[in-house]
Amino acid sequence: MSVLEAEAAPDEREGRSAVPRPGYGLAAAGFALPVALAIFWEWLVAAGIANGRLMPPPSVVGRTLWDLAASGELLAHAGATLWRVAAGFGLGALAGTVLGAVTGALPIARSLLDPTLQALRAIPSIAWVPLFILWLGIFEASKVALIAVGVFFPVYLGVAAAIQGIDRKIVEVGRVFRLSRLAMARRVLLPAILPSWITALRSGLGLGFMFVVAAEIMGASEGLGYLLVDGQQLGRPDTIIAAIISFAVLGKLADGLLVAITRPFLAWQDTARDKL
Amino acid sequence: MLSFDRLTKTYADGTRALSSITLDVGRGEIVALLGGSGCGKTTLLRLVAGLDRPSDGAIRLGGEAIAEPRADVGVIFQEPRLFPWLGVAENVGFGLSHLSAFEREGLVTNALARVGLAGHQKRWPRELSGGQQQRVAIARALVTRPKLLLMDEPFSALDATTRASLHDHLLALWQESRPTVVMVTHDVEEAVALADRILVMQPKPGRIFDELDNPLARPRDRLSPAFEAAKREALRALDRSLRHEAPHQEKAAETAGMWW
Repeated sequence: MSVLEAEAAPDEREGRSAVPRPGYGLAAAGFALPVALAIFWEWLVAAGIANGRLMPPPSVVGRTLWDLAASGELLAHAGATLWRVAAGFGLGALAGTVLGAVTGALPIARSLLDPTLQALRAIPSIAWVPLFILWLGIFEASKVALIAVGVFFPVYLGVAAAIQGIDRKIVEVGRVFRLSRLAMARRVLLPAILPSWITALRSGLGLGFMFVVAAEIMGASEGLGYLLVDGQQLGRPDTIIAAIISFAVLGKLADGLLVAITRPFLAWQDTARDKL
Repeated sequence: MLSFDRLTKTYADGTRALSSITLDVGRGEIVALLGGSGCGKTTLLRLVAGLDRPSDGAIRLGGEAIAEPRADVGVIFQEPRLFPWLGVAENVGFGLSHLSAFEREGLVTNALARVGLAGHQKRWPRELSGGQQQRVAIARALVTRPKLLLMDEPFSALDATTRASLHDHLLALWQESRPTVVMVTHDVEEAVALADRILVMQPKPGRIFDELDNPLARPRDRLSPAFEAAKREALRALDRSLRHEAPHQEKAAETAGMWW
């Protein structure tokens, strides 16, 4: 029987990889609509049918982006934004992970901390801004703090829920092998929550980018958010759109980086990822 | 070797899962606990594994009371319960972390070959069929050479052919070190095929209803008349254990395999 199975297994794997992955053609299809709209708008403005002042055509936005990049401004602004997100995300994710782990694992900590944290979560994060500015000043610290608060809650909730949701059955196997508390955490609990933790980090990162905009709009001398405000005050919608596009690219890249870093740790997952 | 002394387990909600079970299991003996659902088979096994505490009475293994999982007791659960994030070899070697990588590899390779999974070391559990996963679980439990092996309906989710082949794998492994085995099953044929002694249990509260010795010599031929006779006897005892409680279910024996 095992011989039969050993023979059958490679075929099965070949069969799986031989199935054409749907998506390459379809992924390209996703570009069709925005590209068509861009060309259409470009044509409308070029033909004089539409006024491109409030909604500049793609060529103008592209030139503005190019100028910003060539002068080094774009890099400086993006660098400032990225630094804030990285610092805020680091702090928020660390705090969220630690507190989430503690409240998830210890019922006492859960009863003590969770109600307070849930109440704090109900506060819209932006509401902290005046207080943070009073406490931490108008420079970097208050911005990083706001981003950290934004990142903290999804990570905290994700980790706490993941720990509470660990399968009792798999923990029992650990008990049968008489793992110490530390070994149990390292060899069973940590790998078990890893997928949920990474998902939580990704949603935290997304919120980090959301809050960096808020922080920078409310007062900054550099950063992509500053570029947004600058474009508004100078009546330059092309600058605003250039900043928006930069945000989209940065956010997507940061998320892609997080996924790429964590992918090797999730190779074991039995998901439909390949087929989706 | 293993003894239960008036073992009782009452759950917090007042359910009497086990009531005053007294039993001795000899060294190297294979004992099957046979019974319908809710008669406390699994509860008994969990107590022996040290995963739960008895409410009253004691379990002794080699004279020592069992209060928590022990290194010389292996458990095979109803489901494979493999760690999905570990490859097959790492799953089998999970309980061998105190050994050097070299020793571990040797034992793991040997154990996998014994269950017919040689060459599958690097695969993920998700890539295996249900029967293959359960074989990995068997290898994982036996690679540590336990003195006592506990099995909780380990083959119940598998088809009949796979089950029979796994029985053979298991007996081959058992021959090597001859651990004491306590297995829970609701499959009469499985009990007759593997066990030296069959204990028929009865529910509400869980207790031992009857005890059958299985004199058949190994290897056992499932198609022999003697095997059939032993099976019929076990079935009859199981039937009686149920009729005690529900006298109208006389057909239960004929449709065994349907009612649970």
